[in-house]
Amino acid sequence: MTTRTRRPKKQTVKEDPASAYDMSHVDEAIEQRTLACIVDNEPGVLARVVGLFSARGYNIESLTVAEIDKNAHQSRITIVTSGTDHILEQIEQQLLRLVPVAKVIDVTNSTGGIERELAVVKVAGKGEKRVEALRLSQIFRANVIDTTNESFIFEITGGSNKIDQFAELMRPLGLVEISRTGVLSIQRGKERAG
Amino acid sequence: MTAKSQTMTGAQIVLRALSDQGVDTVFGYPGGAVLPIYDAIYAQQEVRHVLVRHEQGAGHMAEGYARSTGKCGVALATSGPGATNMVTPIADALLDSIPMVVITGQVPTHLIGSDAFQEADTVGITRSCSKHNYLVKDVNDLARTIHEAFYVATSGRPGPVVVDIPKDVQFATGKYVGPETIEHRTYRPRIEPREGRIAEAIELLAKAERPIVYTGGGVINSGPDASKALRAFIERTGFPITSTLMGLGAYPASGEQWLGMLGMHGSFEANHAMHDCDVMLCIGARFDDRVTGRLDAFSPNSKKIHIDIDPSSINKNVMVEVPIVADCGAALNALNEAWDKRAAKRKPNLKPWWDQIEQWRNRKCFAYPSSDKVIKPQYAIERLYELTKDKDCYITTEVGQHQMWAAQFYHFEEPNRWMTSGGLGTMGYGLPAAVGVQAAHPNSLVIDIAGDASVQMTMQEMSTAIQHELPVKIFILNNEWMGMVRQWQQLLHGERYSHSYSDTLPDFVKMAEAYGCTGFMCDDPNNLDEMIIKMIETPGPVLFDCRVEKAENCFPMIPSGAAHNDMILGEITGDEIDEKGKVLV
Repeated sequence: MTTRTRRPKKQTVKEDPASAYDMSHVDEAIEQRTLACIVDNEPGVLARVVGLFSARGYNIESLTVAEIDKNAHQSRITIVTSGTDHILEQIEQQLLRLVPVAKVIDVTNSTGGIERELAVVKVAGKGEKRVEALRLSQIFRANVIDTTNESFIFEITGGSNKIDQFAELMRPLGLVEISRTGVLSIQRGKERAG
Repeated sequence: MTAKSQTMTGAQIVLRALSDQGVDTVFGYPGGAVLPIYDAIYAQQEVRHVLVRHEQGAGHMAEGYARSTGKCGVALATSGPGATNMVTPIADALLDSIPMVVITGQVPTHLIGSDAFQEADTVGITRSCSKHNYLVKDVNDLARTIHEAFYVATSGRPGPVVVDIPKDVQFATGKYVGPETIEHRTYRPRIEPREGRIAEAIELLAKAERPIVYTGGGVINSGPDASKALRAFIERTGFPITSTLMGLGAYPASGEQWLGMLGMHGSFEANHAMHDCDVMLCIGARFDDRVTGRLDAFSPNSKKIHIDIDPSSINKNVMVEVPIVADCGAALNALNEAWDKRAAKRKPNLKPWWDQIEQWRNRKCFAYPSSDKVIKPQYAIERLYELTKDKDCYITTEVGQHQMWAAQFYHFEEPNRWMTSGGLGTMGYGLPAAVGVQAAHPNSLVIDIAGDASVQMTMQEMSTAIQHELPVKIFILNNEWMGMVRQWQQLLHGERYSHSYSDTLPDFVKMAEAYGCTGFMCDDPNNLDEMIIKMIETPGPVLFDCRVEKAENCFPMIPSGAAHNDMILGEITGDEIDEKGKVLV
C-alpha cells in the first residue's frame, strides 16, 4: 500500500466555513473515479466497505464484487464513486483503514487502468426498426442472446460510455429494459494487483 | 502436550487465549449466552474477573485499564442487551484510539437470525463503531481469532475489536493454538517513517522562526519511549509545545517550553502561538474541530508537518505540506537523529518568538476571581492538584466543565496518568474508568474528577469499587447544573436554561454511604484542604461532594465558528456569538 505524494493546496472550501461542521468543498469540481479494492474475502467485508460509504456520506455510482482467488480468499471490489479531489483522497485512505482491505487502486488515474462493463439490452419492435436495431448491434459488436419475432436481447461489453450510447441508440428503436453489471477493472501489463 | 495441539472447549480456549495474551483482568457481566465462559472463569485463577453493574461500566473500565497501562483492555458481556450496552464504550474507544478487546456471547449458531431470546446482530451493530469485529462460527477458528483480535486492537492506530462467540461454539471442543504464529493476512500498519519525509520536515523546522509543536494522544499510545523522544526533541530544538486534551502528560506541564493545552478551552498562549506560527509540527493529533476552531482561519500562515500512523488522518481536515505516516515514537527518534546532524550548521534565533509568547502568557488567561465564601471550581482543582501532585496519582474525568477545568488546572508530568473521554465526549466515563485504572494500579491514588450530572450516569459502579476493594476517590464538582450545557445556553441561547438544572439531585453523601462508601461534603473554601486530605487518607472508595460556585463559566473559550486569536477571556453574556456560530455544536 502506498501513500501518494500529494501537493498541498489552498483549501477551497465554502466561502465562510465556521468549523469542520460547516466544511464543504462545493466549489471544487466533482469528478468520477473508479477504485478497485483487493480485500480478504471474509464474512461482512462488503458490508464494511458499503457501510463506510454510507456512514461518511460518500457516493456509490456502481459496485461489483466477486472472489478472484479462492486459495488466497481474495475478492476484488470495483467501485465507481464521485466527489471532489479531496473527498476522493479521503475515500481511498478510509478504505485502507478497514482491516480486511489489502490494497486500493485508483483505476481512473493509474496508467493502464482498464474498465469494462457488461449489459444485456432488451429491444422490442417490428419491421424497419427491428432491422435497424440488429444492424446497429453489429456495429457495436453486441451479440444476440435471445430472440422472438418481436424482440431481441443483446449482450454488449465495453466501457460504460459505449453502453450508454448503445442504449441511447436503441431507445427510439424499442428499448424495453437494460440490465448492467457495473464496472469491472484490471491493470494492463504483466503484474498482478493482489 | 504442547499448547499447539491441545484440545479443549471453546470457553476454555477463550480463557487460555486471554492468559496467553498476558491478560490479568477482565471486566464483565454474565448472562445466558456467556455462561460457558463464566464456567471456565470459575475453574481458573490466572485471569481475575471484575464484576460490574452495567456493561457500559465494563467497557469504560477496560478503557481506563488500557489507557493507564498501555496494555489492551478486555471486557466481557452477554448477547443482546449485554452487547448493546457495550456500544458506547466501543465507540468511545474507537474515537480515542484505545486498544480494547470486547468478547460478547451470541445465541447458538443455529438460532442466529431467528429473533431468538437476547439476540442482537452484534457484528452488524458494532461494525461502524469498532476498529474490527468477528463472529466466530467454528470453534477451531476461535483461538486464532482471539489472538488476531489482540493484534489488530494493539497495532497501528489502536482501537476496539469485538469478538462475538455463539454459545454452541463455547461448548464445542476444538484445537487451541498459541499466539506465537498469529499474523493477520493483510493488516500491516506502517511504523517507520520514510527518510525523505523526515529530511523535508527537518528542512522546514530548521528554518522556522516561529515554530510550534502540537502533540496528541498518539504520542501516549506510542508508549513511554515516544514521550521520552518528544522531551528530547523539545529540549534540543528549544521549540514551544502544546497538546490536545488527549495528549496531556506526554510533555511535562512543569516544562518551561510548555504552553498548556490548546483548543476550545485551551490557553491563550497556545492558541495564539498556533495561529501565528510559521511552521507547525503535529505529532499524533488529528486536527479535530475542538482544536482547529474556524478552519479557514486556522494557522493561516504556517507550513504544516503531520506525523500520524493512520494515513486517513492526514489531509482530512487540514491540508499539510509534509505528511509522515509513522508511529510517533519512531518518527520522533528519526527527527532527533536528523536534527542533530543538521543543527550544527544553523540554529534559528527563536528569541523574538519566545518574547511574543511571553506577552501572551502575561495575559494570565486562567485567572479567575477568588472567593473565601464559595468554592470556585478552579480553586478546587488547584487545591486537589497541590495536595496530590507528589503522590502516585491517576486522574480520570467525566465530560463537561469539570473536565475542562481538570485539564486546565491539574498538571501532568507523565504520560498515562490522565484518562478522559475526548473524541466521543461520553458522560459517565470517569467513574468506571477510575475503577479500571485502580484495578491495574491497586496501590496508587486514583481520582475521578466528576460533575454532578455526569457521575449519575454510571453511579452504580461505586458498588463494583466496593465489592472488589478498589479505593477510587470520586471528586464531584457539584454546581447543581449540567454546567457546560448551562454555559452554552447562557452564551448562545439568550440565557434560556432549558432542562439543564438538576432539580432533584440525590444527597451524594447518603448515597455513598448506602453503597458502603465513605461520603464527604464540603462547601467552605476554608475547609477544603483539610477535607481533601481526609479524602486521600480515608481507606476504601470515597465520594467527595464538593459544592462549588453554581454559575461559574469555563474560560478561556473559542466559541464555535471563531478563530484561535478570537478567544473569550472574561465573563460575557448575550449576543457575542453570531448566528452562524450558534448553529454549530
